[in-house]
Amino acid sequence: MSPETTIQAALLTPVIGAVLISLCGRWTNLRETVTLVTAVILFSLVISLYPLVLEGGRPSLVVGEMLPNLSIAFTVEPLGMLFACIASFLWIVNSLYSIGYMRGNNEKNQTRFYVCFAIALASSVAIAFAGNMMTLFIFYEALTISTYPLVTHAGTEKAKRGGRVYLGILLSTSIGLLFLAIVWTWMIAGTLDFTPGGILEGKASNTIIGILLALYMFGIGKAALMPFHRWLPAAMVAPTPVSALLHAVAVVKAGVFTVVKVIIYIFGVDFLSVTIDPDWLLYISGFTILAASIIALRSDNLKRRLAYSTISQLSYVIMAAAILAPLSVLGAALHIAVHAFGKITLFFAAGSIYTASHKTEVSQLDGIGRRMPWTMGAFAIGALSMIGVPPTAGFISKWYILHGAFDSGQMLAVGIIIVSSLLNASYFLPIVHAAFFKKEIESPNHDDHGEAPFTVVIALTVTATITILLFFFPGIFIDLARQLI
Amino acid sequence: MSTQLPALQVVLPLLMAPIALIIRNPRFVWMLTLIVTWTTLAISLSLLMQVLDSGTITYRIGGWAAPWGIEYVLDKVGAFVLVIVSAIGSLVMTYARRSVEQEIPAERIYLFYTMFLLCLTGLLGITITGDVFNLFVFLEISSLSSYVMISLGRDRRALTAAYRYLIMGTIGATFYIIGVGLMYMMTGTLNMADLATLMPAIADTRVIQAALAFLTVGICLKLALFPLHLWLPNAYTYAPSMVTAFLAATATKVAVYILIRIIFTVFGGVNVFEILGLQNILMTLAIFAMFAASTIAIYQDNAKRMFAYSSIAQVGYIILGLSFASETGMAAGIIHLFNHAIMKCTIFLGLGCVALRMGGVSIRDMYGLGTRMPWTMAAIVVGGLSLIGIPMTVGFVSKWYLVRAALEADMWPVAVLIVLSSLLAIIYVWRIVEAAYLKPAPENAEPVSEVPLSMLLPLWVMALASIYFGLDATNTLTIALDAADILLNGGLQ
Repeated sequence: MSPETTIQAALLTPVIGAVLISLCGRWTNLRETVTLVTAVILFSLVISLYPLVLEGGRPSLVVGEMLPNLSIAFTVEPLGMLFACIASFLWIVNSLYSIGYMRGNNEKNQTRFYVCFAIALASSVAIAFAGNMMTLFIFYEALTISTYPLVTHAGTEKAKRGGRVYLGILLSTSIGLLFLAIVWTWMIAGTLDFTPGGILEGKASNTIIGILLALYMFGIGKAALMPFHRWLPAAMVAPTPVSALLHAVAVVKAGVFTVVKVIIYIFGVDFLSVTIDPDWLLYISGFTILAASIIALRSDNLKRRLAYSTISQLSYVIMAAAILAPLSVLGAALHIAVHAFGKITLFFAAGSIYTASHKTEVSQLDGIGRRMPWTMGAFAIGALSMIGVPPTAGFISKWYILHGAFDSGQMLAVGIIIVSSLLNASYFLPIVHAAFFKKEIESPNHDDHGEAPFTVVIALTVTATITILLFFFPGIFIDLARQLI
Repeated sequence: MSTQLPALQVVLPLLMAPIALIIRNPRFVWMLTLIVTWTTLAISLSLLMQVLDSGTITYRIGGWAAPWGIEYVLDKVGAFVLVIVSAIGSLVMTYARRSVEQEIPAERIYLFYTMFLLCLTGLLGITITGDVFNLFVFLEISSLSSYVMISLGRDRRALTAAYRYLIMGTIGATFYIIGVGLMYMMTGTLNMADLATLMPAIADTRVIQAALAFLTVGICLKLALFPLHLWLPNAYTYAPSMVTAFLAATATKVAVYILIRIIFTVFGGVNVFEILGLQNILMTLAIFAMFAASTIAIYQDNAKRMFAYSSIAQVGYIILGLSFASETGMAAGIIHLFNHAIMKCTIFLGLGCVALRMGGVSIRDMYGLGTRMPWTMAAIVVGGLSLIGIPMTVGFVSKWYLVRAALEADMWPVAVLIVLSSLLAIIYVWRIVEAAYLKPAPENAEPVSEVPLSMLLPLWVMALASIYFGLDATNTLTIALDAADILLNGGLQ
C-alpha cells in the first residue's frame, strides 16, 4: 500500500467502524468485536507509517480544495505520528476497558457511546495528520461536537450542566479566538500550510505576531490554559472510559499538540525567540501548573483531582514549548506521550474502583489496596510517573524539559517544575499510602468486593506496564521527537 | 427554444396559476405545481450554464428594444439567485403535500397552490428583469400572494400576522415606487442599464438622493433589516410550515438581491456609499441586527419564532458583507445569501416535520424527540450547527469570508463582533439540542413515528446540501467572487 492510501485508510477506518457499530447495535458481542477490530486495524495502519516518517519521509494526501486556494490536506510529520500512535494504540486498550466498564455498570445507550467514540478517534487521527491549519481546525471542532454526546451520556441534570460548560468553553474559545487567528494568519501569510520554520517571518509587525500568539494560545481551549480550563473538570461527569481516553489523551492532547504544532510550524521556534520572546506564556502556563496542582490537592473527588492534575500536566507541555529551547521542545513532544500513558492508567484505576465498589471520593479509599491489588498497584505506577520518579516514563520527559530550561537559563521554569513535582507527590502519594497501609473503614452498607471485571484489570495492567517500559525503552518516541529540532 | 428560456422561466408558473384554479382537485393541483417547480429549476440551471459559458443574457419582451421595451437581463448574480429560488421551490414542493394536507383545510388547498405559483412567478420575475418598474410589478405579485399564503395558517393569529405584513409590505412597496418615480422624473427611463448610464451626471441632485433614500428604506422593509423587521417574526411563526420554509429561504433573499441591483447596478456609477453615508448606516444596522435579533431568539419558546429572529440576524450578516463594498465582502454577502437559504430551509422543513407529528413546535414539544424522530432532529441539528458556523457546514464558509472581509478592511472590531454574535447562535441552537436529546419524553406521550419519506427526503437533501457546500465551496465561491467582481465594476455591462 502506498503511503497516500495508508493515510486515507487510517482516516476512513474509524468512520467505517462507526457505521458498522451503529448497524450492529442489536448484537452487543458483535458490536464490541467491531470496535476492537477497528481499533486494531487503525493502529496497524498508523504504525505502518512509522518507519517511513522515522527515515524523514513526509507522506501527504490532498483531499481537495475546500475554499479557493485552501485545501483539505494531510501530511504526516513526527509530532503527528507520535500523537496518532498514542491515540490509536490506547484506543485498543481503552476499548477492552470500556467493554468491562460499560457492562459492569449497566450503562444505557451503549451503541451511541461506541459510535461517538469511533468518530472522536477519527477526528483525533485527522488532527494528528492535518497538513494545514484549516484542516486541523475542521477536525478540532469535529472532536468537540462528537465528544459532547459522550460527556452528557448519563442524560441527567448534572450531565447537562457539565455538557454546557464543556461545549460553551470549547466552542467559544475556538470560534471566538482561534478561528479569528486562523483567518488572520491566512490573510497576512497567504497560506496555512504547516511549514518547518513557520510561515509568518517578515509578514507582520511584532505587535501583530504577539496578538496572534495570544489568540492561538487562549483559542486552543483544549489545552486548558487558565482561565479557560473549567471545561475539563466539567467533562468528568462522563463515564470513566471517556475521561480516560478522551479527557486524558485524545481531546486534551489534541489541544497541546495543536499548541506545539502552531509554535513549531506556524510561528517557528527561532522566529519567536528572536522577535517577541513570549515570556508571558511562560508565566501563564507556570501559574496554571501550580494553581491546578493546588486545586487538585484540595479535591476529595478522585476524578476531579485527576482532572486538575491533567490541567497542570498539560501546561508542562505549553511551558516547555514556550521555553523555545530545542531540548525543551523535545521534552514537550515526549511529555505528550508519557503523560498519556500515566494518566490513562490513573483514570482506568479510578473507573475500576468505581465499578467494583462505587466509591468516588479519595477519603473512601482507605485499605482498598488489599481488595484491589492490581488496580492500586497500577495506580501507584501512574502516580509515580506523574511525579516524575524513575523508573517510570514521567522521569524522561521532565528530564528533557529541565535540561532545556537550564540551557536557556529559564530558572523560573526550573523552579516551577520542582515545586509542582512536590505538589504532585503530595496529592498522589497519600492516596497510595491510604490504599495500602490504612485500615478499611467499616461502612454501614458494607459490601464485599474484589477486583473489577477482567477486561478492566487487563487494560490498566497493560498501560501501567508500558509506563514502566517507556522508561527503559524511550527510543521509540525520542527518535521521532528528535526530528522536530 | 433556448433563446426563449428567460421568458419561459416567468411565464410558465404565471400561466399555470389559473389552470390550477380550474383543476381544483388537491392531488392534481399539487402534481401540476410540482412539475412546474421542477421545470423552472431545469430552466434556471440551463440559464446558469449559459451565463457561465457566454456571459450576460438579455431578452427583449415582445421584441421591443430597450430602453423603450421591457428588457430581461441575466448576469451571474441573477442566474445564481434564480437557481436558489427555483431549487428551494421544487424541493419544498416535493415536501409540501403531506404538510399542506394537514395544515390547510381541504377546500382551500387548490387556492394555496395557486398562490404559491404566483409567488414563485413574482420571485423569479424580480430576479430576471432589467426594468425597475417591471420589478415593482413582480414584487407586488410575490408580496400579495405571500400575504394570502401566510393567512392560510391554522392558527388564527396568522390573520393578524398576514395583515401586519400586508401593511408593512405595502409601505415598503410604496416607498420603492416613489423612489422609482423620482428617478423616472429625472431621467425619463425605467431601464436599469439606461439608468446606470444617466445616473452619474445627476447623482448630486436632491431628488436623486431622495429617490435613493426611498428605495433603500422600502427595500430594507422587505428584507427585514433591523429595525424594519417587525412584520417578520409573526409572519414566519404562524404561516403554514412549508410557507415559512419557502419564504425564509427565498423572499428575503430576493429582497437582498433587489438591494444589490439598486445600489450596485442602477447606482453603479455613483459612489452611493459616500453620498449618503449609506455604508455606515447599513453596517451599523447590520451589526445591531446580528446582536439584537440573536439575543431575542434565545428567549423564544416557539422554535419557529426562534429561528425567525435568527433569520433577521442572518440578514444582518448578508448586509454587513455587502456594506464592506469590497470584493471579499460582496462575495461573503452573496455566498451567505445562498448558504443561509440552504440552512434555514433545512431547519424550517425539519420544524414542519415536527409540527406534522406533534402538532406544534414549542421547545416543550421537542422533549425526547431525539430518539423518537431521529432523522428529523438530526437534520435540524445539522442546520443548527451550520447557523453557528461549525466547519464542514456552509455556515463556516460564510463566516470565514465575512471575517476575512472585515480584516481586509482593517476593521478588526467588526471581525470580533462577527465571531461574538455567532456564539449567541450556540445558545439558541443548543436549547433545541438539549430539549430533543437530554430531556425525557413526557410521561403520557403517545408513540410518535418518523415522518413519511416524501418529507424526509427533501429535508435531507437540504441537510446534505448544507454539508456538501460546506466541504466543497470552491464552485459556489467562484461564482460569488465573479459576481462580486461584476457588481463592483458597474454590473450589467
